[in-house]
Amino acid sequence: MTCPHPPVKEPTMKFIDEYRDPQRAKALLDRIRRKALHEWTIMEICGGQTHSIIRNGIDQLLPSTVRLVHGPGCPVCVTPLETIERALAIAARPGVILASFGDMLRVPGSSKDLFMARSEGADVRIVFSPLEALQIARDNPQKEVVFLAVGFETTAPANAMAVWQAAREGIGNFSELVSQVMVPPAMSAILSSPGNLVQGFLAAGHVCAIMGWEEYEPVAERFHVPIVPAGFEPVDLLAGILQVVEMLEDGITGVVNAYGRVVSREGNPQARKIMNEVYEVADRPWRGIGIIPASGLVLRDSYARFDAEKRFDVGHITPKESPLCRSGEVLQGHLKPSGCEAFGRECTPLSPLGATMVSSEGACAAYYKYHRNTTL
Amino acid sequence: MQLSCPAPILQHETVQMAHGAGGRLSQELTGRVFMPHLQNAFLDQLDDQARFDAEPGQIAFSTDTYVVSPIFFPGGNIGELAINGTVNDLAVGGAVPRYLSAGFVLEEGLPLVELEMIVKSMAESARKAGVLIVCGDTKVVQKGQCDKIFINTSGVGFIPEGINVSCRNLKPGDAVILSGTIGDHGMAVMTTREGLSFQSRIKSDTAALNGMIREVLDVVPSVHAMRDPTRGGVAATLNELASSSSVGIELDETAIPVREEVRGASELLGIDPLTVANEGKMLLVVPQADTEAVLTVMRAHEHGREAVCIGRVVEEHPGMVVMRTPFGSRRIVEMPLGEQLPRIC
Repeated sequence: MTCPHPPVKEPTMKFIDEYRDPQRAKALLDRIRRKALHEWTIMEICGGQTHSIIRNGIDQLLPSTVRLVHGPGCPVCVTPLETIERALAIAARPGVILASFGDMLRVPGSSKDLFMARSEGADVRIVFSPLEALQIARDNPQKEVVFLAVGFETTAPANAMAVWQAAREGIGNFSELVSQVMVPPAMSAILSSPGNLVQGFLAAGHVCAIMGWEEYEPVAERFHVPIVPAGFEPVDLLAGILQVVEMLEDGITGVVNAYGRVVSREGNPQARKIMNEVYEVADRPWRGIGIIPASGLVLRDSYARFDAEKRFDVGHITPKESPLCRSGEVLQGHLKPSGCEAFGRECTPLSPLGATMVSSEGACAAYYKYHRNTTL
Repeated sequence: MQLSCPAPILQHETVQMAHGAGGRLSQELTGRVFMPHLQNAFLDQLDDQARFDAEPGQIAFSTDTYVVSPIFFPGGNIGELAINGTVNDLAVGGAVPRYLSAGFVLEEGLPLVELEMIVKSMAESARKAGVLIVCGDTKVVQKGQCDKIFINTSGVGFIPEGINVSCRNLKPGDAVILSGTIGDHGMAVMTTREGLSFQSRIKSDTAALNGMIREVLDVVPSVHAMRDPTRGGVAATLNELASSSSVGIELDETAIPVREEVRGASELLGIDPLTVANEGKMLLVVPQADTEAVLTVMRAHEHGREAVCIGRVVEEHPGMVVMRTPFGSRRIVEMPLGEQLPRIC
């Protein structure tokens, strides 16, 4: 039986600086130190949180009893190699414009990335929103515009909106190569994996802003863990960690929100409505991890005409992963990036072996950028 | 029967291939667009080279090519950038910049009114910086073979006796001084680039810094090193300095000035302002004892009002730049990778 735990009391703050205030951070750290009498392993799910933790050195400041491991919440990192290969094959076709978020362009396929495809003449464009890709389709009616729709529940509503809008306007030259994934099934997969170390979670604040936290309650109950939606600033993260530590020490499981200024239990119903209109839940392969049941989104049959996989038959793709890359273990919290033999040697951000070394939200890239293998 | 033979149109509104062919249209372009703004005793000779007298001390020589897109951005345009950039590259070596060349690659179809605006602001920037454009060249390429306009400027300056500014001069104990807020230029360009349509009040900081540098060197000739943190931003420049002098640099995160809008845009794009280009800022490394004197001179100057000491040179971790966070932790400031990628979420 899970029961609600009183949220950590933090006075309401208004401006971003307050969430970076060293005094507040210090006060929270003191409370964590006093409370964490036993050893705990906590996973922050979201790559954005990983980046902020490493950038601000929060893991250095925590007592040795609290160990943070980094989760799979980096969309670039978990997009299957097969999707990258498919995107490369589609981009190579004459008359195609492939639009993508910038991070995806550097993710290596078996032999090249999308930047290299562009230098070979493919029309590959960086966009900041799927609606920009739709605009490209409107402006280039003689071209096929394919948007590489990756991400978690945070990008799904806008990616769904682009398809919905295309359908409404009858834009026939727009399609999406969809690789959408979801957090709760990944949490369940990590908690059920043999050798799991994770005892509590910081849930991703932005994902919960869309989805709310109701769907985390069954996960917390089934695996007897505390799950705490948290933000991204140092004070947000420390408040979240304190909440998890308090619940662990007090033997309490369940979901307690530590990101009240952004997240509510219901989330954003309008955003979920458009997601559900366009996409449906399906099994999905995660790069480095494998297939996680009911962990992804695909276009519904009623929107199948916007599915780039169906529109472009690029034949069978058998991607080859680097045998050296251990990103799957990193993504599940089994291995710290610097524990991988290839880290900083065969694998660097300039020549990444796996996607965790590409995105700024990938744990390997964050460790490399901030030299976490070097002792200061 | 009379054959009508249309006379060639001389009053074009856009750049034509013939504008670069060396004939009448080339003359027209020079006479109509370039000379009215750039005129000076050297250029008026219309010789194939400029001749000038050398001044005492060493000669400094620098070159840079400008390909910014868009060519007009909040706070400036490619022309201003081309002058200020080369002036600054000379000045941070301790030189007094004097003479510049300007080479233009124009894309067929570029509106002449845009070209004239660019040339006009080059003339204005050169005047402000006290340099002369003494030779130039124009080529035209077919549409699609360059992006509107590329400009190369090279410059000559003279380093007075007794000045020895070099990236190999950093000594443990030196202070690291920054002339103002970081990331303004790069963010102004990035936020106006096609596709990124959010409103932004961020302006490029493009400016010639030779005036301020002259004043600093007049008061404190013992400055050890100066650099303008352009591409790769403060992160790249400080890594280069640390590595060239085999010393460590330690920064204080709270001391580094970043405009609120720049910080917001950087966070939205997932980019560290430390890695974003500046075009009107400089980093100085000075003996600890001269810190206040340098700051006083800089703060009295329009381009150095927000000058501040952001860190120090240390013996430890040679070749590395380390940031002290406000929380008491430390992280290494890496040499930036290359192209800046926006973050997904």
